[in-house]
Amino acid sequence: MANFLISRLVQSLILFVLVSMIGFAVLHLAPGGPLSRFALVPGLSQADIARIGHEMGLDRPLPVQYWEWLSRLLVGDWGQSFRDSQPVLAVIGSRLPATLELMIAAILIAIVTGIAIGIMGAVRRYSIFDMLATVGAMIALSIPTFWFGLVTIYIFAVKLQWLPAGNRATIGGSGALLDYLHHLIAPALVLALVEVAVWSRYMRSSMLDVINQDYIRTARAKGLPERTVLLRHAFRNALLPMITLAGLELPNLLGGALVAETVFTWPGMGRLFLDSLGYRDYPVVMGILMFSAMLVLLGNLLADLLCAVADPRIRLT
Amino acid sequence: MTEHSKDKTGLRGTSILNPSRRQLLALGASAGILTWLGPQRGWVDLANAATPPTKPTGQVIVGLSQEPTVFHPLLVHIEVDEAVYFNLFSALWRVDPKGAFQPDLVAEIPTVENGGISTDGLNWHLKLKDNVKWHDGTPFTADDVKFNIELIQNPKFIAGRRAGHELVRDIKVLSPTELTWRMEKAYAPYPAILSWTFLVPKHVLEKETDINKPAFTTSPVGTGPFKWVERVPGDHITLAAHDGYHGEGPYVETLFVKYIPDLTVLYTQFQTGDIDYIGLQGITPDHYDEAKGLADRTVMPVPQPFIENIAVNTGLSVFKDKAVREALYYGMDKKSIIEQIYYGLPSETESFLPKQSWAYNPDLPKHQFDPEKAKKILDDAGWAPGSDGVRVKQGVRLEFINSTTAGNHVREQAQQLLQQNWADIGAKMNINNLPPAVMWGDYWMQSKFESAMVGIGFMIGPDPDATDFFSSRSIGAKGGSGQNTTQFQNVDVDGFLAEGAKTVDLDKRKIAYKKMQEVTRTELPYLPIFQYAMVSGVKSKLQGFTPNVNVQENCWNANTWYWAS
Repeated sequence: MANFLISRLVQSLILFVLVSMIGFAVLHLAPGGPLSRFALVPGLSQADIARIGHEMGLDRPLPVQYWEWLSRLLVGDWGQSFRDSQPVLAVIGSRLPATLELMIAAILIAIVTGIAIGIMGAVRRYSIFDMLATVGAMIALSIPTFWFGLVTIYIFAVKLQWLPAGNRATIGGSGALLDYLHHLIAPALVLALVEVAVWSRYMRSSMLDVINQDYIRTARAKGLPERTVLLRHAFRNALLPMITLAGLELPNLLGGALVAETVFTWPGMGRLFLDSLGYRDYPVVMGILMFSAMLVLLGNLLADLLCAVADPRIRLT
Repeated sequence: MTEHSKDKTGLRGTSILNPSRRQLLALGASAGILTWLGPQRGWVDLANAATPPTKPTGQVIVGLSQEPTVFHPLLVHIEVDEAVYFNLFSALWRVDPKGAFQPDLVAEIPTVENGGISTDGLNWHLKLKDNVKWHDGTPFTADDVKFNIELIQNPKFIAGRRAGHELVRDIKVLSPTELTWRMEKAYAPYPAILSWTFLVPKHVLEKETDINKPAFTTSPVGTGPFKWVERVPGDHITLAAHDGYHGEGPYVETLFVKYIPDLTVLYTQFQTGDIDYIGLQGITPDHYDEAKGLADRTVMPVPQPFIENIAVNTGLSVFKDKAVREALYYGMDKKSIIEQIYYGLPSETESFLPKQSWAYNPDLPKHQFDPEKAKKILDDAGWAPGSDGVRVKQGVRLEFINSTTAGNHVREQAQQLLQQNWADIGAKMNINNLPPAVMWGDYWMQSKFESAMVGIGFMIGPDPDATDFFSSRSIGAKGGSGQNTTQFQNVDVDGFLAEGAKTVDLDKRKIAYKKMQEVTRTELPYLPIFQYAMVSGVKSKLQGFTPNVNVQENCWNANTWYWAS
């Protein structure tokens, strides 16, 4: 296990550096730059803009810029945002709670509903329920989140006035928990829709694999009730691939939902990424990229470890 | 000279020599404003519908489609940041909707007549109000003014704007409320620049170690009507009423500036009542008709200083020929663009200046959509149709790229209409739109574009000085320091710009700029399409909202806003 961990950590470090090099190069070589937002500012001359570029370090050769950025990163300095001069880690930290709140709610809805639908679909394969669930999943995967979000707002906020039209809480409100939950319902449901489809399809597939195994037949032959067979024997084994899926979901969990956060004016990581990309706020974009890369590597490592814990047949070497 | 004071009832009043905006409205003195707002807006009724509360009451939520992020007003920033500056900070004076300067931190506007500015425009003498306090209670003094100008002049400071300030010399503080300085040369736009220069406190900033990244930006201190409470990044900014404000108001207790990036969502939140006022880009034209029908909302088109143009790169062979620019202008169906694509909201224009400017020339030749005349101009200039219908002259095809910000669907429709218009006269326009970070980077600044569809505010605040956009010394691609990206060079225009900038005689300035507009209308480095009108939306019970074409954001006077009971 120790060898496995050391080997994976070394691999991760190499991958991390590679990702940073590629990300930095792609970001900086892409046309445009952070100075373009000043192009039409009245009274700002070309000389002023060149001076700002110099202060940002943009006039130095790209390898020099990369080395300076990496050197600072290695000592824990993630740089400062070009937009508001705040430390990148503080900027990311200020958006994480909102994203965590939204994503945890959405993932919880997705896991519970998706697994239930997946199990039902597998047990009653080709039944009307299974067909409806399959068609429903395809539709859910096909609906653009942006459109679904706007329709949800139109029906439940504008017409019925049951839910807020967006935001994380009422501006100037009391800050009560209920207010937060009220605002969470629509974005969490919209975001969960796709996730429910994904989890239900994975669960159905995994469950179908398991319930055709010999040990399930044996359990049934022993006379165990079907409920016990499904929940105690089949379900637990079918969950193994779900651990991998959960590992892959970890970066999503903290990376935020780009579209849903925009539609529901949710101040999370997804919107931070879009805004920063739009303004070519290189330090923040690189910060989010590195943060996400770490989570992907961590998520995969955790998934492998959990699989080994859950399934004694897996040996980590 | 006017001092604002509180009367016995606690209501703030002003002296009769300088009545408040509301008093002006009551006296019917705001006819000028109402003329350009249009007869159906009903602002007189709105403004007189109620009286302000005796103490700050309630809250207002301003919705903006961009996020203010820079809270040091002297650092480089963008338009949206000024929505916060107007409420958090004060300038020496501010500019009203008619373009007149109104005292803010000064006791009186310095002029040649009152001796505040010498007749040659070189020596300035400022008298400040003596009752102004920073939000932390420290008195505002002439030392603060000196500190601000010197900070802008500091070569290590990333100043947003240096123009004008660079010319200030020998600042002398005579007393806490009086100071003088000398200008290296007369510069007429400087009063307008000062109306946009929001002052920061010396006693806070002189302690900072890094002048470009001071801690001040996370908890700014100003002299404005509202003081800083908090910023929730990516979401909103909270400002609270400043009790000791030296001017009128504020009448609301809390002002929120809410960031909603998507314009459709912004409108939806206005519909549902989550926000009280839509600022910046306002309501999109396609929602205008629906928005007018919303209950308890006042929705109106508000003129903006921005002019929508086709900018042509006169450095390219195809556009060097004036006949081409002229023919394209005749071949442009401006009315259809305005009526069919922009829902008739903007107004046709021939000038680079907004109609509300004192320097606007209303006598410029009116545009005519006349494809036959366009063809004749091109024929006479030797542009003969080629085998594919595209005209050619001496090996140069009348074919060019037009670019604008990708994803701007309204502009894309206008481009398609123009493409058809110009194909009819033998000019081929290819569309290549780019993301904003690309479009307005070197592609625009270094004149790498061929033609562009662009909305530009050419003025410096209320001042018509457009040296940055038209002077032959402002061509970035040729080493200049301005934004003359069309690479337009004209000796007469250079002369008019120089004349307009150096004289303090308003009549002489008017003549210079009017003549300059005649030249730009004839030479057409920009093919003017229309002056923008933003569809503004406010809740009907919100009193005091007054659009101002001379500022970047219409919450410039939020200190006078209040809710009708």
